[in-house]
Amino acid sequence: MVTEPAPTIPEIALAGVGKRFRSGTLALEDISLSVERGEFVTFLGPSGCGKSTLLKLIAGLSPATSGQVQVNGMTPENAREMMSFIFQDATLLPWRTVEKNVGLGPELDHAARAVRQERVAKMLELVGLSNVARSYPRQLSGGMKMRVSIARALVSKPRILLMDEPFAALDEMTRDRLNEELLRLHDEQKWTVLFVTHSVAEAVFLSTRIVILAPHPGRVAHELDVHLAWPRNAETRESLAFEELVAHATHLLHGVLKS
Amino acid sequence: MSRRGVLVASSALVLACLLGLWQAIIWINHLPAYILPGPGAVVQVIIARYPSLLDSLWITTREAAGGLIASVAVGLCVAMVFSQWRWLRQTLYPYTILLQTVPIVAIAPLIILWIGGGIFAVTVVTFIICLAPIIANTTQGLISVDENLVQLFMMQKASPAQVLFKLRLPNALPNFFTGLRIAAGISVIGGITGELFAGSARVGEGGLGYAMIYANNQMETSYLFALVLAATVLGFSFFFLVMFLEWLALHNWHESSRPQLAE
Repeated sequence: MVTEPAPTIPEIALAGVGKRFRSGTLALEDISLSVERGEFVTFLGPSGCGKSTLLKLIAGLSPATSGQVQVNGMTPENAREMMSFIFQDATLLPWRTVEKNVGLGPELDHAARAVRQERVAKMLELVGLSNVARSYPRQLSGGMKMRVSIARALVSKPRILLMDEPFAALDEMTRDRLNEELLRLHDEQKWTVLFVTHSVAEAVFLSTRIVILAPHPGRVAHELDVHLAWPRNAETRESLAFEELVAHATHLLHGVLKS
Repeated sequence: MSRRGVLVASSALVLACLLGLWQAIIWINHLPAYILPGPGAVVQVIIARYPSLLDSLWITTREAAGGLIASVAVGLCVAMVFSQWRWLRQTLYPYTILLQTVPIVAIAPLIILWIGGGIFAVTVVTFIICLAPIIANTTQGLISVDENLVQLFMMQKASPAQVLFKLRLPNALPNFFTGLRIAAGISVIGGITGELFAGSARVGEGGLGYAMIYANNQMETSYLFALVLAATVLGFSFFFLVMFLEWLALHNWHESSRPQLAE
């Protein structure tokens, strides 16, 4: 996926981006970054470094107060159709069944019922939830809810996935399994992913590149390419190269915290 | 015996004790029926006069239900408008509080002055006192939507109407039912107290409240008891009807609607 020839326009380009909240707090300062199509970029950093804020700027959910954000050469607002956002908690609509939750996007787009049902069924199969299509969210475990959330994001066939600490609330085993599933889907569908996490191991396992952010105000401290072999699986986590990268990234992160 | 059976049996026992105590007080103090009639006398008067009792009950039911339904229709619309414009909500919200605090005894004479007595006037009084809890609770539910869900709808390019009908309204359902439960309770009280002021002596227009005044003036205390019993039955019916509707709308997905029925 990284070996694809680089297009002339980067998928996502940030130039000197800053964000100052109305309260006066400077959340992000002078962030410049270029992401190519198909990359899996992880933002890693301590709380207060503005990782989530950065993701929302790229999604066009909140405007940058300085600099420029471009998604495929467009403003984030205009590029919204090619992006899907996955939130920290599953943010499902509790009054809708699993299949109605997954079908929300097409429904809001007024897609025909038959088309909708077909796409929803396909997505549920993809994330292994076909058997709970008629269940309500409160009947599902945390991991299953997150899968519904991912299916909902993928049903509109996005080019870019923005994921804001999606697995933070899950236990480690569930998180590891979902990480592997996510990479399998990424390999199939080739989206560009921007992923926010505060877990170093998760960042190393998933990413082609890790961006380490420093807090107060949030800014880019380090960029780290991750050259681990594909496909990545449970064995990857046991490899020496993986452990070395985790140790290195942890070291960089601690350096950021001390400064 | 099952747990349910024990519950029914103990409830029946409490009822029997209360009725026994009631009768005992009469026997011990030698009270005449116009001061305190016994349970037997009340049952007798119900059997003897049930056509007029049912007529009064039916009239009050119409007034209470009419006022309640109108307050739901108007209250939902007002709440939806409030949810769309923050400035409008903040400007007008104090007036809905005012609506809640103005006592019914102050409004009822004015209503009669403006539109005359009768069933319609009582319905209007009921409508006015039911409106505030519907507006206040529904508005609260419409505006307290998870920020992430709003952003999810923004990412899907949802129209304002879609956000209102597919996100805010379903989200407000539990709050709406809280308001409806309060309103259903006071609608019966509103109907009866409304009749105390605006009730009509015309044939077929005297509800429970009006009949209560009449029975009281005539010293027909047994019949007064029968009327109170009818009013209680009406209040219970409204309460259980609303509980049932709430269960119907929420039991699939909302936590709060389950334990209540289990208990």
